[in-house]
Amino acid sequence: MANQAVANNQNLWGGGEDVKPLGASHGKIMMWFFIVSDAFTFSGLLISYALLRIGSPKWANPEEVFHAFPFMGDMHLPLVFVGLMTFILIFSSVTMVLAVEAGHRNDKKGVIINMILTILGGIAFLSCQAWEWTHLIHGGTTIHGNPYGPAVFGQLFFTITGFHGAHVTSGVIINIIVLALVYAGYFDRRVQAGEHDPYELVEKVGLYWHFVDLVWVFVFTFFYLV
Amino acid sequence: MSETVLNTPQSAEVHTHHSHGHAHHHDGHHHEQSFITKYIFSTDHKMIARQFLITGIIMGFIGGFLSVIFRLQLAWPNTPMPWLELFIGKWAKGGTMDPNFYMAAVTIHGTLMVFFVLTAGLSGTFSNLLIPLQIGARDMAAPVVNMLSYWFFFLSCVIMFASLFVETGPAAPGWTIYPPLSALPKAMPGSGLGMTLWLISMVLFVASSLMGSLNYVATVINMRTKGMTMTRMPLTVWAFFITAILGILSFPVLVSAVVLLIFDRSFGTSFYLSEIYLAGEALPNAGGSPILFQHLFWFLGHPEVYIVIMPAFGITSEVISTNARKPIFGYRAMIGSLIGITFLSLIVWGHHMFMTGMNPFLGTAFMMATLVIAVPSAVKVFNYLATIWRGNLQYTPAMLFAIGLVSLFITGGLTGLFLGNAALDIELHNTYFVVAHFHVVMGSAAIFGMYCGVYHWFPRMFGRMMNKQLGYIHFWLSFISVYGVFIPMHFLGLAGVPRRYYAFTQFDFTNQWLDINVFITVFAIIGFLAQFIFLYNFVTSIFLGKKAPQNPWKSNSLEWTAPVEHIHGNWPGEIPTVHRWPYDYSKEEAEVDYIPQHISDEDLKAGRKYWEEETPGEEEILHVEKSKHVVQHS
Repeated sequence: MANQAVANNQNLWGGGEDVKPLGASHGKIMMWFFIVSDAFTFSGLLISYALLRIGSPKWANPEEVFHAFPFMGDMHLPLVFVGLMTFILIFSSVTMVLAVEAGHRNDKKGVIINMILTILGGIAFLSCQAWEWTHLIHGGTTIHGNPYGPAVFGQLFFTITGFHGAHVTSGVIINIIVLALVYAGYFDRRVQAGEHDPYELVEKVGLYWHFVDLVWVFVFTFFYLV
Repeated sequence: MSETVLNTPQSAEVHTHHSHGHAHHHDGHHHEQSFITKYIFSTDHKMIARQFLITGIIMGFIGGFLSVIFRLQLAWPNTPMPWLELFIGKWAKGGTMDPNFYMAAVTIHGTLMVFFVLTAGLSGTFSNLLIPLQIGARDMAAPVVNMLSYWFFFLSCVIMFASLFVETGPAAPGWTIYPPLSALPKAMPGSGLGMTLWLISMVLFVASSLMGSLNYVATVINMRTKGMTMTRMPLTVWAFFITAILGILSFPVLVSAVVLLIFDRSFGTSFYLSEIYLAGEALPNAGGSPILFQHLFWFLGHPEVYIVIMPAFGITSEVISTNARKPIFGYRAMIGSLIGITFLSLIVWGHHMFMTGMNPFLGTAFMMATLVIAVPSAVKVFNYLATIWRGNLQYTPAMLFAIGLVSLFITGGLTGLFLGNAALDIELHNTYFVVAHFHVVMGSAAIFGMYCGVYHWFPRMFGRMMNKQLGYIHFWLSFISVYGVFIPMHFLGLAGVPRRYYAFTQFDFTNQWLDINVFITVFAIIGFLAQFIFLYNFVTSIFLGKKAPQNPWKSNSLEWTAPVEHIHGNWPGEIPTVHRWPYDYSKEEAEVDYIPQHISDEDLKAGRKYWEEETPGEEEILHVEKSKHVVQHS
């Protein structure tokens, strides 16, 4: 039994054509390592956040800062809007999972519908972020100061959510490109050629999208919850 | 082409593949490529390697020239040198260097050497050349991304070079770009546009490095040929693989540091700034911490020195084993030490910051981790020495540079023990002791590794041999001048002479070292001029060198089984299967003192004469003809 496991292991790492020791294609390995790398970038930013926050005598109360909701005037609804944003983003992750799953079944229609939903989710999230930023800026929160606490709070907020927003934007653009490729018949040709896992590109893009959503969970926790 | 095919070890199989149209046969080399796709936007890893090497060499000469002019300033601080005006124009009115340009020259010298020469020029060149050839792959996992990696690097070089010509001068806050000098565009001339260009250039550089590293990792994991297990890979490939992973983990943190710095510079945030007066005026910034930048920077900065040295280690392992005609000593220990160094390098960044008011307890933790690095480093050094021990040494220029690397690494490693010690660092921090330490252990050692690689793999890269005699002269002049420059610097440092000073004329304790500074500068000039011997040798050998034999160093690894003439896809027939590790030198079971990786035990028993299957070089043909001549006449 043990010997067999060793033998299998040697075959797996023994090289040769079409042997994939990690069970992943080149592209997927590259995407995973890219995600690790990007995770370190965000970690750097969030650790900076933690360090500057610890070094600051005061901090803004998130329930006070983030209490507005569109068309609700001055009603006090702490964290409701950001809850909606988070829901939208996580929902878009669900539709991305469905798109990847449809891809595994070579279900072109399923891929199209779910990719469109994912793109819409991304755009909705970005729109919410744009509204929130605008609202905060009109309320006096800018990178030069804010009425709720030290200036560095607003600076970190705009820099880090902005950096995350840039990732979402690039994700939406990449998703649109993939959708266009679906329409252009790119994947049909791969299916016809009998390629292994013809919709793999959708999966790779999906990995990136989930990563961006996961990062939002951390950004959300740091800025809105604690 | 047919000649090349006939002369490969797989010639018999090749013919069958031609006749049967084998499915795996690679047909990339049949179609003609245009100049642009072959030499400029090439996706072939061998061409990309050459592009990296040549760009790296150009950047190296610019960096070296800058070091010579600031060394001249240090040796003869009050002597006008009118010829300087020819090179740096308004920064040397009447021949005296502007202090601002001195700072810029130091900064750009460091940046070019660390990133552009020793990271891209060394790792980029040899990872690209050797990973596919040594593991038996047709090309990289993603050739287009690989091409983009070079072109991002090229763009980054262009921007960095352009920054030398902006009106306020290039970036000047030191290669570590500590804020506030780097964060306040008006702090000094070099904090202005030059600094902005530096940051843009480095962001592109990180993108290039990331794309390259992702490729190297995916290629090594997925594309090894049949039989090439992880523990049959040459140590070069192991080193490039581990280096790529380390780059993937550390460079992104520089990106976060740079993002925050760009906001501080351009949008008025204060992540790194707090309570600062600029030109007598209080700035509004509050709440930031310049120490934060140092943490983020050194989280990259320290692994970076291992990103620089580990590929050089890999190259040295391969070259020492080949030229000692002995198996490498402690192959698995070599891999283990690479992994150990990588892990430790990520948790020792604080030893650059002992002087920042760090809690002494934290300092002790960083100190312990730092000193532990001596263990894997010593493993490597002793393994090199044990490999050389009683070997049948072939003193090729590459071997000399490899031994030079070991020498420099020992010398520089010893002073590392002083600097890693938090208590001693209080005395030595920011002195010439530090400058001497890292130039020996990381700068010179790595550049020796790079030269070692160039001399060793030049036949594989350009199909011709470099001139040996010029190689020897280049080695000895470089070796002597490296020690001539850096040994005295240790004593300057011990006496407390600080680094990054424009002139040592104001204080008695630095004044007394002026003669030593002249000594150092003379050796620096000799060392720089010696590099022109290399440049001459390199350029002329590309065009006029002797045609290379297929396996000039009688080496075991797979790259020497590929035909001398480059073809897209590396091997004309099937990729050779690997049957053994790459260090079977001087084995009793073989007639010659090497057994290449593609030779199986059955081949050996059957008496396959693999050394006769290799294309001989001009020298060998001459030798064979001469001996025939002798035979006929005797």
